Amino acid sequence: MSSPGNTTLRFSEEQAMLLEVAREFCRNKSPIAEVRAQLETQDGFDQALWDEMVLLGWAGIAVPEACGGSGLGIGALVPVVESMGRAMLGTPLISSALAAQLLLRAGNSEQTDRLLPAIAGGSPATVALLDNSDWGDETVTLLLDEERILHGSKKFVPDASVASVVVVSVVHQGEVALAIVQADQLNDGAICPNTLIDQTKRSANVDFSGVMVDEKNLITGPKVAVALGDTRLLGALLVAAEATGASAACLDTIVEYLKTRKQFGKLIGSYQALKHPTVDILTATDSSRSFIYHAATLLEEGVVDADAEIACRMAKAHAVETLLYAGDRAVQFHGGMGFTYECDAQLYIRRAQWSQQQFGDAQHHRKRLAALLLD
Amino acid sequence: MSASDKELKEFRAEVSAWMKENNPANPGFLLPQTFMEVGDERQLEFLREWQHKIWSAGYLGMAWPKEYGGRGVEANFQSIADQEMRRNGVPICFNVIGLGWAGPLINEMGTEEEKAKYLKGILNAEDVWCQGFSEPDHGSDLGNAQLRAVRDGDEYVLNGQKIWTTMGNFAKYMIMLARTNPEAPRKYDGLSYFLSPMLVPGIETRPIRKITGEYGFTETFFTDARIPADCIMGEEGQGWKIAMQTLQYERGAEAGAAGGQSMVRVVVDDMISELRDVQRDGEPVLKDPVVRDQLVKAIMEERAMMLGERRSHIGPLTTDYPGSLPLSNKLRATEMTRRMRQLAINLQGAEGALYVGDDEARQGGFWQRAYFNSFSATIGGGTSQVQANIVAEHILGLPK
Repeated sequence: MSSPGNTTLRFSEEQAMLLEVAREFCRNKSPIAEVRAQLETQDGFDQALWDEMVLLGWAGIAVPEACGGSGLGIGALVPVVESMGRAMLGTPLISSALAAQLLLRAGNSEQTDRLLPAIAGGSPATVALLDNSDWGDETVTLLLDEERILHGSKKFVPDASVASVVVVSVVHQGEVALAIVQADQLNDGAICPNTLIDQTKRSANVDFSGVMVDEKNLITGPKVAVALGDTRLLGALLVAAEATGASAACLDTIVEYLKTRKQFGKLIGSYQALKHPTVDILTATDSSRSFIYHAATLLEEGVVDADAEIACRMAKAHAVETLLYAGDRAVQFHGGMGFTYECDAQLYIRRAQWSQQQFGDAQHHRKRLAALLLD
Repeated sequence: MSASDKELKEFRAEVSAWMKENNPANPGFLLPQTFMEVGDERQLEFLREWQHKIWSAGYLGMAWPKEYGGRGVEANFQSIADQEMRRNGVPICFNVIGLGWAGPLINEMGTEEEKAKYLKGILNAEDVWCQGFSEPDHGSDLGNAQLRAVRDGDEYVLNGQKIWTTMGNFAKYMIMLARTNPEAPRKYDGLSYFLSPMLVPGIETRPIRKITGEYGFTETFFTDARIPADCIMGEEGQGWKIAMQTLQYERGAEAGAAGGQSMVRVVVDDMISELRDVQRDGEPVLKDPVVRDQLVKAIMEERAMMLGERRSHIGPLTTDYPGSLPLSNKLRATEMTRRMRQLAINLQGAEGALYVGDDEARQGGFWQRAYFNSFSATIGGGTSQVQANIVAEHILGLPK
């Protein structure tokens, strides 16, 4: 009889407490009206709210205690991000967490001691990983030349406009390396914001040309490639967690409408044509949640081993397809109302397209899962 | 006092060794994969003997009370025994309606007399149980059951028909839903629940030939059949409530089952192993990118079900729509099984058109037969469509 694979799933009391607090906080502080109020602002989030999140310790939740964080690990980040996704709350939390992870996994102690306390203290950071528009092409083309001057740009750098620090993948002396770039080193006009389909998110193309990277802000060696791979997987997991929260909120929106809207003298929720797909969204969201906490469990120690890789990829592939379906059906089931900007369904269908593309879409991950599971 | 990890570990080793030692040799005929596929006497006697052997060894009904044939130990032990049965690929414990549905019900709400009369025979496989819920015109609409039961002195007189009675031709007892009061204002209030004998004059069964060409179910006819009045469970009019309780067991949402595996577990990996030598476009089918995508989806669906089972025991992770995991389990598991088996046929190439009986059929036509049989689970016990209504109404709170 064949093995069904790793199906470990644990959730500690500490995580449970965090989930409850995070969910409550996001519900109270980020009602849909607040989300909508941020859609057209430059940064896409409310600084005062971010400050409160920092006070709660979220910016440093997976940063070691020695570096000013709470050292709770990825397992603690997942419930927080799921809760934020549920409230469609943006903020640079995911970007900052990934920058911290990349530094932790590749940097030396001088670098982590210098940079992580600021991140944990709420100074946003981000990662610049994409040289082209293909998450499946991991070739790094942004050049750091012999004089340690950068030549080239990166695409889709999340929260670039607010980040104080950007961790950038570069090619230096023929090897992949990481450059730590301070925001104030960038030239005027270097940050060119994208007009995104998801108006709750912010990203930009960033031209790093001319930036000088001194020795202490350069990370080289074999750890870099591994850390980059790990960070992409952690990114996939956090986007999956966020998408899971968004699916749950989208489902609530659908259910609420199906219970109140009448057509032909009946509540539309009584029609099986609407009822059954809604059950599909429920069960799919159930699976998203199982996948993300399974992955969180396997990442308790922080190490991204083969099982953890499988778990992160499954979480991403499943959670984004669920949100795509939920958002799509949310628009359809709201009828004419669903076609309006005013209807909240648009927030979810837009988020779905964003989430699908971050750190590789569902097919990207299934393709890599096939190699891990079938060969 | 609960068993220590050490005790459980030792017990696992003991059962595992026993299963390896006693796993019967291939009998030379196809054994049922599920309890709904027991088609002839040969299969029945083989499985009866096997279940009796497991029970005699002490690995069935472990959490049921000692005085009724159980072992009176905590349910953990039975879970371990079940896992080891699966792991070792032994035949099924076929008396599922007794072990999993009627038994837990009797344990929970039966009288002392009922417990003494029925439970041991369920465990040792002497008494085969069947279920009389579905009727020809009321498959999914259980509340509308029309089998009449009329009280006449110390007896009830039964007239009507049931259908899809699993092992009806082999059963000694039936858990039965019958209408005692056709005048009740609500259709549900006119129903009563019986633990009925099958071997009485006026009850006749006729085996149904399934889509697979085999047998496993019967039509059951009641013509002035008389059963003792004390066969009623609870009181007249309580039938619906007790039937719903039974369905909770059937759908796996309630604990209390005696244990034993009701079906041979097949995982996606088994299908993949079988496909390794199949060619498509002159290359191994497992190299085809579209096929690979389909297989990964199947693996993920299976993994999600298992993870869901784990998560259903973690309170803080089930606060959204509580109960959704257990209540949707039947819908999801049966639909997944059906799709997986269909995929397995698809991927066989031209051999997917062969069937049981052809020497060249892959694994003797196992997947073809399994695909057809999988509909018994997507239809029986409430069709998937009815299941979806139940989840929508009970979990999401959508209107009827």
